[in-house]
Amino acid sequence: MSTIAATESTRRTVELALRGRRIDVRGRAFQALLLLTLFISLGFLLVLLWTTWTTAQPVFTDRGWDFVRSDVSSLASRAGVWQGIVGSLILTGFVVFVALPLGVAAAIYLEEYARDTALNRLLIANIRNLAGVPSVVYGILGLVVFAQALRGISGGLSYISGGLTLAVLVIPIVILVTMESLRAVPASIREAAYGVGATRWEVVRSHVLPYAAPGVFTGAILSLARAFGETAPLLLVGAVTGYISTGGDRGLIDTLQGRFTALPTLIFSFSRQIGDDWRANAAAAILVLLVVILAVNAVAIVLRNRYERKW
Amino acid sequence: MAATTVTPSADLLSGSARRRRKERLVKALFQGAAMFSLIVSVAIVIALTGQAISWLFDIDLSWLWAGVWSPRSNQFDILTLFLGTMLISVIAMVVAAPLGIGAALYLSEYANPRVRRTLKPILEVLAGIPSVVLGYFALTVIQPDLVQLIFNDVGAFSYLAAGIAVGILTIPLIASVAEDAMYAVPHALREAAYGIGARRRTVAIRIVIPAAVSGIVAALILGISRAIGETMVVAIAAGATGSAQRTFNPLDGGQTMTGAIASLAIGSDRARGSDLAFPSLYFVGLLLFVLTFALNVASERFVRRFRKDY
Repeated sequence: MSTIAATESTRRTVELALRGRRIDVRGRAFQALLLLTLFISLGFLLVLLWTTWTTAQPVFTDRGWDFVRSDVSSLASRAGVWQGIVGSLILTGFVVFVALPLGVAAAIYLEEYARDTALNRLLIANIRNLAGVPSVVYGILGLVVFAQALRGISGGLSYISGGLTLAVLVIPIVILVTMESLRAVPASIREAAYGVGATRWEVVRSHVLPYAAPGVFTGAILSLARAFGETAPLLLVGAVTGYISTGGDRGLIDTLQGRFTALPTLIFSFSRQIGDDWRANAAAAILVLLVVILAVNAVAIVLRNRYERKW
Repeated sequence: MAATTVTPSADLLSGSARRRRKERLVKALFQGAAMFSLIVSVAIVIALTGQAISWLFDIDLSWLWAGVWSPRSNQFDILTLFLGTMLISVIAMVVAAPLGIGAALYLSEYANPRVRRTLKPILEVLAGIPSVVLGYFALTVIQPDLVQLIFNDVGAFSYLAAGIAVGILTIPLIASVAEDAMYAVPHALREAAYGIGARRRTVAIRIVIPAAVSGIVAALILGISRAIGETMVVAIAAGATGSAQRTFNPLDGGQTMTGAIASLAIGSDRARGSDLAFPSLYFVGLLLFVLTFALNVASERFVRRFRKDY
């Protein structure tokens, strides 16, 4: 009888030890702490959006579209962001036509053509490093090369200098993102195409690129958003922070060789002014910028989630 | 009726000449595009060193140790800027390192796939916010509503507010690189620990973090590099435009390397071509480039280590 009781108590002790305390209090606390760090990070985003919205609201209720459609002015009540929007769109055009083709072409070479040689390893390491160079440094590069050395073509501190600087800035990012999407296309797709006699370029054009397209587009869109919000390099190549006159009957070339401003540059100059009405203007300009950038980001994320393929 | 066998000539197998020409042309184009990145690097190095050295020849070298950064009066104290930059990066890391690594650990070890799918894009949105916006946020929210509330006698600008905002900017970067490293830790390691009775927290702290440590270090180094290179937040919220003093006090306003470059670029010094103030930005830019380059190479080393292990 006693042996049964002894085994019974042993069994219970062993079971208790194995099961542990039913609720792992410290474990739960740790998990809650981690979740809290995540929520604090996201909380910053919410506070940022909320304060911007509440500060900017008077500007939009008072002036509505007038704020978006007005030019820069020394009066807070008349200043608007139209020139900045136009300027940013022109600058983004340079990124679209210069950085995207160059970046995608370089990525195709490195991922599809390049053999594992010392030179190609150097190229890739170099691109990774370029992606980490601070944007002001690209601004100095733009100032020395585009605005000073190539003054004859660019017109000095101009749209051309600014646009090319932004293009050079995002090329490494475009290359890295494109390479990643190309790498995700399985080798069997390429082998099937080679098997029926396609050349390397035909394989890339008709087989690899179509499958990699969603990833390439997403990367391209995100790089555009990055270029759209970039300010520091533009200050170096002479983005105008004060009053600027645009318009008139200047030709395309004259405009591109002329002084420029951009939406983020306007935000910078509005923030430096003193007074609540300028502060509200800065918030309103930020709202315009964020609407563009968040919309672009959302398109990119939806595109990726919808077309992302698991092999 | 003997069958004639035709041996195809090598010529026939190699396809049409036009097709081969096209192939070579396309390859050359792509190769040229890839080489362009090398040209950019060389151009950066030449542009910075060339201008910086010619500036160094023009100045009196003792001006680099003047005790004050005041380019207009020929006082180019590099240490002032360096201390400012360090102050910003330290504050930024105090904010971003725990938040970024904590968020990464949660996403990698605790979040179920659905939570991951919703939270990760939101972090990416935070990463996409331009730095001017954070600069404005530092100036109009962090400084008055946080820094001035806690400390008395603080002006409109401070390193602390700018540093916190730079930290917020670097959270997504640190979180995403650290999470990649934690996610890459093989499942077998976790399962072995669970098999001998480890709890989730034990697995996270004693297995995943040590196994991913090189990736986490890489994330932190990248974060520091990003903080050092951040310009607009500092230009808006750290305060100094014309001159700055050497200081260790995070509640002071002051200048950093990037901030000095930005204020030289927009200042009226630009118009006076003969002045030595404006070209000093090349020298500061060179130092900035060397510093961030060294950090990026170091972080690349660490990333390669965790890639090699698993």
